[in-house]
Amino acid sequence: MGEAVQAHSVHEAPAGFIRKYIFSYDHKVIGIQYYMLALFSVFLGMTLSVLVRLNLAWPGTEVPILGTIFPEGAPDGVMTPEFYLSMLTMHGTIMVFFVLTTAPQSGFGNYFLPIQIGADDMAFPTLNMLSFWVTFLSLVVMVAAIFVQGGAPISGWTAYPPLSALGEIAGPGLGTGQSLWILSVAIFCIASLLGAINFIVTTIDMRAEGMSMMRLPLTCWAWFVTAILALLAFGVLLAAGVLLLMDRHAGTSFFIPGGLVVSDKLIDHKGGSPLLWQHLFWFFGHPEVYIAILPGMGAASHILSTFCRKPIFGYKAMVYALMGIGFCSFLVWGHHMFMSGMSPYTAIVFSLTTTAVAVPSAIKTFNWLGTLWGARIQFTTAMLWALGFVSLFVTGGISGLFLNQPAVDVYLHDTYFVVAHFHMIMGVAAIFGIFGGTYYWFPKMFGRMLNETWGKIHFWITFVGVYAIFMPMHFLGFAGHPRRYAELTSFEFLEPLAAVQKYISMFAFTTIAAQFIFLAIFFWALFRGKKADINPWKATTIEWSVPTPPPHDNFGGEFPVVHRGPYEYSVPGAAEDFVPQTAPDVATAKS
Amino acid sequence: MATTIAPPPVEIELEDLGRGGGGIPNLGWEGPGGPGEGAEGISDNRYRTGMWAALAGILMFFTAFISAYVVRKGLSNDWIPTSLPSLVWFNTLLLLASSLTLERSRHVLSDNSRFSRWWLLTTVLGAAFLVGQVVVWRQLIGDGVYISSNPSSSFFYVLTGAHGVHLSGGVFALGFLLFRNRQNPFGSVNRTPIDVVAIYWHFMDGLWISLLLLLFFWR
Repeated sequence: MGEAVQAHSVHEAPAGFIRKYIFSYDHKVIGIQYYMLALFSVFLGMTLSVLVRLNLAWPGTEVPILGTIFPEGAPDGVMTPEFYLSMLTMHGTIMVFFVLTTAPQSGFGNYFLPIQIGADDMAFPTLNMLSFWVTFLSLVVMVAAIFVQGGAPISGWTAYPPLSALGEIAGPGLGTGQSLWILSVAIFCIASLLGAINFIVTTIDMRAEGMSMMRLPLTCWAWFVTAILALLAFGVLLAAGVLLLMDRHAGTSFFIPGGLVVSDKLIDHKGGSPLLWQHLFWFFGHPEVYIAILPGMGAASHILSTFCRKPIFGYKAMVYALMGIGFCSFLVWGHHMFMSGMSPYTAIVFSLTTTAVAVPSAIKTFNWLGTLWGARIQFTTAMLWALGFVSLFVTGGISGLFLNQPAVDVYLHDTYFVVAHFHMIMGVAAIFGIFGGTYYWFPKMFGRMLNETWGKIHFWITFVGVYAIFMPMHFLGFAGHPRRYAELTSFEFLEPLAAVQKYISMFAFTTIAAQFIFLAIFFWALFRGKKADINPWKATTIEWSVPTPPPHDNFGGEFPVVHRGPYEYSVPGAAEDFVPQTAPDVATAKS
Repeated sequence: MATTIAPPPVEIELEDLGRGGGGIPNLGWEGPGGPGEGAEGISDNRYRTGMWAALAGILMFFTAFISAYVVRKGLSNDWIPTSLPSLVWFNTLLLLASSLTLERSRHVLSDNSRFSRWWLLTTVLGAAFLVGQVVVWRQLIGDGVYISSNPSSSFFYVLTGAHGVHLSGGVFALGFLLFRNRQNPFGSVNRTPIDVVAIYWHFMDGLWISLLLLLFFWR
């Protein structure tokens, strides 16, 4: 790109390697940095899930290398129950924070929000750089928790006190490991808050001429609403984390009740409420679920419209549904706590608000189906992932309607039914959104095409795989199989279910193996892939009218002017079946 | 080097221009609105919007503390009300005064020497408040009231501490702008940083009053 005009650029094009690729102010570089951080984290989280699945299906298996790395947690390579729990905790934490929160919002959002709205960068480039490096620091601290004395915490990703508040006496990993865990999450909160401010301001104040809110691509709407959720939710988790650290290190009793006897020792705390943590945590935790899934909805809408060659069905309804889901997310946290002894009347209120989420969710689903209806669908790999997203969103959402009934939840709470539900809806659906985005935007981000054939193979193995993994878990839940149990062999009622656990593990290993196909085509395409042209998908939004990859200030010093909505496909009378947002309205003379 | 992005003109019939064509630019919600990034004055707006967004996040942070306070007080039998040292009230006066001097300085922005004096006074008052809060802590410690003594004292330290951390950010910003102003006076034209810091400072002032009311009336 060299000396592109810098007239409007908010910062100079960087010179040296460090400024350009490490401490970069450029939203595109930062987006890729976030994406790579998530890619590393997802493989780390997946490795942990291999250990979890191994222990569940074949307890007592010797894994010599584990014994070498973790002589405490896995003496002679055999995992202890505590080690199992610590791997489970870290799997959940790393996946939720460093993959599902990071890749779709901070990764793709950073790269494409400014380009799609016609801005040369995020509103605050320095703050943006800071957000990434603070996130990176948070990941370093989190990973460090695995390797300190005592290992990683065993309190789950929700870190319920008193277990998480008592320190070493309550179990291995609850000393230094748990402290580092809380610290890492607190650092992550700060990074997310900084990022959220940037996203909100960029969307409000940086849009190009003509880019009114109702002309924003649905991806931008999703990132915007997600940023608002993050802004309002992460502060609460940060506060909760501060209080928990105080309980651990300053001798306070916010969450630790009185009269606790742990390991034959009376704990010197009194009067605290473990439920207080649950309220604070889930007030963050439920919006967090939507923080993970909303960007995927945006990407799926974007991709569906592109490859249906149709405007998205009900654009405004889609926007209001996003807002509706975002709004509802703050009213439903109590549905995680039906079993906490809450008043049945309170439970009914939370049940009703939770059921209300079904309305905007159904609007989105029907509008996706409406977009697909009668379309000449192009089954590209990105499209397959978007369709998979819709499928998983429906499957995972429907099981939510079971869990939001307090009476049903009494039975299903903390069983594998819940594990199946949240993996489907927030884990796998969100991952499908990320994959959809990857296959769709890779050509723009890296200037080369991903291999479509191998991409489809990757999709089909993963799609069949995740259903084969998580559908049987629903039945485990019906059978009363509790989650978070390390030892399944010691319970008679679980014995008939051991075969199902083996079946799930085998599919899990297959699906995980298929992810290496993705890794291979990703890195192969990075260096050897077919060169991508400016607009390989014949799409309408602004990212497809800038060069591939985009220059430092995205537009070569000339700001785009937006003339129309984001999804003008198959417009009657237009020469091509797509009209870019930047195409002016002037009618050319017909020859 | 071809980095311009003019797409080819689209052949399209005029009656199909319905979507988003024409209309008066409104707040950028529908139609051809939108702030137009290159336009004058937009970059200023950025900082204001950013500050309000940041304050929303900070408000949620403190709301979480305050709701925890109310809940924890409601279910405990170990709550021993912390009586506020009288110095707290003096500190509050300092902080209130700092908001007034800040407003005074913003009114005389065009007169740089008067502006600097009032701004400096604001910074000093803010710093004095922080020092005062530390002295309050020391008085409490002297009276044997520690963070771990009982939930009331725990919350007292946590709330004043969290507020102090945020306020020291404000003092740093005040000092930084004072330094910047000495090198290159802001004047009334280039006043965005001044206004944005003022928003933050008044918010922190208001937040302190709210916390104080909580700590005093909800002991």
